[in-house]
Amino acid sequence: MDPESGVASAGSFIPLNEHEQRFYSGLHSLCQADTSGKLSSGKVAELFKASQLPPEALHRVTEVCGAKRLGYFGTPQFYVALKLLAAAQSGLPVHLESVTANLPLPRFAGLKNEPEMRYSTVPAGVDGAQGGAAPASVPWTPADRSAFRHLEASAEKKEPWSPPRSPSSSPPRSPLTYRSYTYSKQRNGADSQTAYESKHSSRPMVQLEQHSSPRNYGTKPSVEHPAMARASSSERLEQQGVDDYSDDDPWRITEEQLEYYTNQFKTLQPDLGALILGAIAKNFFTKSKLPIPELSHIWELSDVDRDGALTFSEFCTAFHLIVARKNGYPLPESLPPTLRPGYMQQEEDVPDTPESAEPLIVFEDAELRPGQMDRGVKERLQPSLAATKQDLKEEACKQDVAAMRVQTSQEKRTLQLGAFPERPEPPHDLDTQMRTKTRPRSYSSTSFEDAMKKAEEPPTPPPRPQKTHSRASSLDLNKLFQQGAPGVRSGWLPPPPALPPRPTASQEESSVKPDKQGPRSRFGRSTEDLTNASKQDVIGVSHSQAPQKPVRRKYHPDGQNLEAAPPPTVPFPTPAKSAQKLLSKQKREIQMAIRKNKETNAVLTRLNSELQQQLKVVHQERVTLESQVELLRPLAST
Amino acid sequence: MNYTSRANNYPLYIRSVPTQNELKFHYTVHTSLDVVEEKISAVGKSLGDQRELYLGLLYPTEDYKVYGYVTNSKVKFVIVVDSSNTSLRDNEIRSMFRKLHNSFTDVMCNPFHNPGDQIQSKAFDGIVSGMMVQTG
Repeated sequence: MDPESGVASAGSFIPLNEHEQRFYSGLHSLCQADTSGKLSSGKVAELFKASQLPPEALHRVTEVCGAKRLGYFGTPQFYVALKLLAAAQSGLPVHLESVTANLPLPRFAGLKNEPEMRYSTVPAGVDGAQGGAAPASVPWTPADRSAFRHLEASAEKKEPWSPPRSPSSSPPRSPLTYRSYTYSKQRNGADSQTAYESKHSSRPMVQLEQHSSPRNYGTKPSVEHPAMARASSSERLEQQGVDDYSDDDPWRITEEQLEYYTNQFKTLQPDLGALILGAIAKNFFTKSKLPIPELSHIWELSDVDRDGALTFSEFCTAFHLIVARKNGYPLPESLPPTLRPGYMQQEEDVPDTPESAEPLIVFEDAELRPGQMDRGVKERLQPSLAATKQDLKEEACKQDVAAMRVQTSQEKRTLQLGAFPERPEPPHDLDTQMRTKTRPRSYSSTSFEDAMKKAEEPPTPPPRPQKTHSRASSLDLNKLFQQGAPGVRSGWLPPPPALPPRPTASQEESSVKPDKQGPRSRFGRSTEDLTNASKQDVIGVSHSQAPQKPVRRKYHPDGQNLEAAPPPTVPFPTPAKSAQKLLSKQKREIQMAIRKNKETNAVLTRLNSELQQQLKVVHQERVTLESQVELLRPLAST
Repeated sequence: MNYTSRANNYPLYIRSVPTQNELKFHYTVHTSLDVVEEKISAVGKSLGDQRELYLGLLYPTEDYKVYGYVTNSKVKFVIVVDSSNTSLRDNEIRSMFRKLHNSFTDVMCNPFHNPGDQIQSKAFDGIVSGMMVQTG
């Protein structure tokens, strides 16, 4: 046995560094070496099983380390085997070449004997520990014991979490590092860089690569000290808080972690609603020293909308997966439900539901419709909601509803922090079709909001056909303005200002043929003659349908003008009443409204096509008349 | 049944369902690259839309058919199908290439993946296996 310089096996010299030596010698003593230097194969087998590697890998390890050849585990074989185990656990092939790389210590789960063993070696190990760490290790021991008691109590849950078991003072640190990590995060919330460093330095024995590059993270002892000091001061808290933690699902993000992630996010991207670009996230997560394939897998799991950037929820998910991985949890194949972005958002939505009752109130109101529709039309993943708020305000008329709308947009902003498809599907299932379908639903997290969203989508079609059928729309506007304003029309004048962006666009198209504007207005009147008044009302209403929901709901295809007057006034008293309506009733109303809208849509499109036909006919007549006039004019002059 | 994506003519990803004859597939794919390059250069236009990206049946050999598809970044996808599998229509091949392209872009979006590396994404693997199983 030559612990100082390393292990000779099969002629190659494999160097072990200090911590590995300590760790391995501890394990060696654990496996009850008898005097001849052979290790008890039963204990070795137990140890190997505790490494949680598949049996084939274990066989391969025994083969490669030479124990199979010898028939027993001598010390050199044992050390090589441990190295190979470490390699296998890091994902490297089980081969002698892999052991020459700088590896983390092999992880063994649920070895109950070790705490006692460690207790006995702690005083010995303390002497061997580095100077800076040694004084810090002493105050740990009383805490260690209580921690170990707790550890043993919840050993099943905590099995894979504590990676290193080296007999030095580091294992006393290790059970607490995970918990202290959560609290030191809290402490270091403000200072992200040192927080990340302390996270790494507080687990110095975990990742041996860090030892080789301590300069990147400050000197280990010095950074450990503040981390240890902070952690030791908070370890009282830990003892109480740790019970809560151990009961939680490891894939659940706790409050402290969430706070920490939020602070980290803010350092990368001050706006919580914005995205972190892939490159930035890559640099940040690479600091965690996880291997790139794992980071790649974590990214795949957490970037659910596949946009190459991380929103806040995605970032929390990714960070949490990294934390879990570093503590020894294997990476899941698909995203656990508690980590799915929708989960986080649901918690935020619950307090928002009282506020979101208001959209249903203003659902009846005219003014919110264009705002919501615009939102529906726009791309959901906008980083800043300020722009949408602006648009909302532009579209709106000055009414009391403005206050309610601001509230709803604020509520929408909190929802949009996630801006995720609500269905908790694993990322693999999200192909492009699903993505486009689920994105429009990213705002809705409660059922009635879904219904509302559905209700919003039917409203959007009506304006668009009107945009394309430019002649019809301009025709009607002309009619509206030309016929002056009896009391009926005056009620509708406010809505048309909301529409101008669209019909003016269409009017610009029609302005290409200015000569037809006049005849068209004439035809407007002539179409009046052709059709009855009810149909005109239908056309006129079709514009206001977008802004005025109550109009549509109360309007029937053969409705009269009188009905047009009450509807604009009705929305104002009803908001007060509908505040007390039940959600289900509103849903039913919405569904009825949807049906009615669809019917009126169908009727209107038919009407539209009929009118188009009539228009063509009338055009033909006009052309023939004009030609006749021209023919007659020379005759008339003479 | 074999899928390959190649960039600069070295394979980024290769997968075949009957795992024997893998070397033969390698060889087939490599030779088909010649045909692909010929088609690319023949097109000549700078703007290529989806239809031109799909290169179609490259050449039918005695046992199997080879289909090609090239992306805007000159990454080539090659599918080799048994000729006995006559049920595969052109549209299906097109949709397979589209799915491949989508999952490939997903892999590319991952900032931890350097273009030019072997594709190690499990999601990509999953999608490819799904497609191969589906088409037999």
